[in-house]
Amino acid sequence: MDTVILQHVSKSYEKDVPPALQDVSFSVKKGELFGLIGPDGAGKSTIFRILTTLLLSDKGTATVAGYDVVKNYHEIRSCVGYMPGKFSLYQDLTIEENLHFFATLFGTTVEANYALIKDIYEQIAPFKNRRAGKLSGGMKQKLALCCALVHRPEVLFLDEPTTGVDAVSRKEFWEMLQRLKQEGITIVVSTPYMDEASLCERIALIQTGQILSIDTPANIIKAYPGKLYALTAQKVYLLLKDTRQYAGIAQCYAAGDSLHLSFKDEAKDHPASLLSWLESKGHKGVSIEEITPDIEDCFIAKTSIHE
Amino acid sequence: MKQFMVFVRKEFYHVFRDRRTLLILFGLPVMQILLFGYALTTEIKNAQIIVVDHAGDAASQQLTTMIAASKYFDISASDKSDEDIYKAFKKGKVKCAVVFPAGFGNDLLNGQVAHIQIIADASDPNTAKTLTNYLTAIMGEYQQQINPTANIPMRIEPVTRMLYNPELNGSMNFVPGVMALVLMIICTTLTSVSIVREKEMGTMEILLVSPFKPTYVVLAKAVPYLALSLIDLIIILLLAVVALDMPIRGSIVLLFLESTLFIICCLSLGLLISSVTRSQQTAMMVSMMGMMLPTILFTGFIFPLENMPLPLQFISNLLPSRWFYVIVKAVMLKGLGIGVIWKETLVLAGMTVLLLTISIKSFKTRLS
Repeated sequence: MDTVILQHVSKSYEKDVPPALQDVSFSVKKGELFGLIGPDGAGKSTIFRILTTLLLSDKGTATVAGYDVVKNYHEIRSCVGYMPGKFSLYQDLTIEENLHFFATLFGTTVEANYALIKDIYEQIAPFKNRRAGKLSGGMKQKLALCCALVHRPEVLFLDEPTTGVDAVSRKEFWEMLQRLKQEGITIVVSTPYMDEASLCERIALIQTGQILSIDTPANIIKAYPGKLYALTAQKVYLLLKDTRQYAGIAQCYAAGDSLHLSFKDEAKDHPASLLSWLESKGHKGVSIEEITPDIEDCFIAKTSIHE
Repeated sequence: MKQFMVFVRKEFYHVFRDRRTLLILFGLPVMQILLFGYALTTEIKNAQIIVVDHAGDAASQQLTTMIAASKYFDISASDKSDEDIYKAFKKGKVKCAVVFPAGFGNDLLNGQVAHIQIIADASDPNTAKTLTNYLTAIMGEYQQQINPTANIPMRIEPVTRMLYNPELNGSMNFVPGVMALVLMIICTTLTSVSIVREKEMGTMEILLVSPFKPTYVVLAKAVPYLALSLIDLIIILLLAVVALDMPIRGSIVLLFLESTLFIICCLSLGLLISSVTRSQQTAMMVSMMGMMLPTILFTGFIFPLENMPLPLQFISNLLPSRWFYVIVKAVMLKGLGIGVIWKETLVLAGMTVLLLTISIKSFKTRLS
């Protein structure tokens, strides 16, 4: 049986507002690193709160580690680790005091599971007498992860752990997750950063409370409809404005220092015809090439179909 | 149990590392006791008074000396004209004026009725009444001095005895009231703010997603504040005895037990406030502003409850501090035992059980 199962879960907070979740179903296998990928407000945190028994869903059922989130909420609370999106440790307690507090709260000791958090804790150990409120963003996340892991949970829920963390710490953080996965811990992680999606085994793309697709990152990229082109020129901003005027364009958006675009009908509209059209508009140094889409491209393609 | 202890220790860390909490916890009671004990009192001391002596004889001078010697009056001026007196009243500087008519001493010694005019500023009726009473008393005393053997037929001489507080010390009344006020404010404010802070900081989310039972969270929050409030109680009692000369006539153990009951009652109220508010600011507003005024008005130590209209008396009965005030006065000042205050104790105990049950029941096991 899968470790985390959601079936047809819906949730709305207020009556007149669109629901936070609409008929969401997915399951996470034991020992899997599963990613929820979607922009802010997509409903990721709501999913976490339902799975960690903090919220009740309006419809549907969910189980974590074989326990029902409504009936057996007490069992779930002892066997999961949860790291909320907002930094939620005691700012006026030191690193050591925070860790010790959460270890005791879960009925264990720091020493008992030290092997699990050793790699992470050693990085912040030099500052163990510093108060949590005075730590940098990266160190806060490491401490929060230590506190969520200190009781060796079966399932780890990480709600946007890398938001507001610098690029180096983000990379380190994902490396830590890979190591935890090898320890057999099931990890559900959410992120608004599409580039982190490829680090998960399987991902669910989520937008306005609905799941767009669930698969491995590679399969999601493979399923990209049609071809994707990258377009560059000297003046990118004007280029974007003009390219969007071109009749045969399905989608065109800025990605880094180039534009990504796709055509409505590959047979009729060629890159070559777009190129000559753009040159007639006065653009210089225009070049176009076909590229492999990344998760972000897939997400944008899915969103437009969805709309 | 180990979990409980570590939680309690965490709460102590929070308190001792936060200057604002420490200030409320230990600064507020000291300030309140000293304020009510020394500064805010209904006793009148050193009232400015004008004495106009048209007589200028021995009798009028002796009386003037007696007035000047009393601690209630300060003679600010004498030998003024009638117009000057009115001007001084208009400026609001003097509260009272005494005018001896010409021939005052003569009238007195010759067995005739001697008159003295007393003019008081009655824009504050209580002060005016009190001052004229003091003056009349001084005059009576003088009369006794000059004629101790006078035998007026069919005279009633009242023999008054001021029980429990013979010196009519105002702080006797205030200290029990301030004790009730301070403990009430501190207990409700600090507990409500400390739970709401967990909600605001997001730590409540993690606490809930742990095997630690939500009921224990409530209890573990209350224990440290109970201990700290008892320390507060000791500080208040020490201040009252040492600085304000308050007696503790009854059993000190009984006083402590009753106070503990009252503190638990207020803590429960704080817990209840915390479960219905979402931000520290609201919790602070509700418990500090919302509780302060009713406590001051309806506890009975400033405005006598007996004179209030029935609906207000009813409201006052809902306040724990009103019952605690009666208990403290009985134990501290009158030296009475549990036999007399069992009814009040029972009311407090009932309120405590009710509030604690509601607050534990209304504490949410999930986010709302």
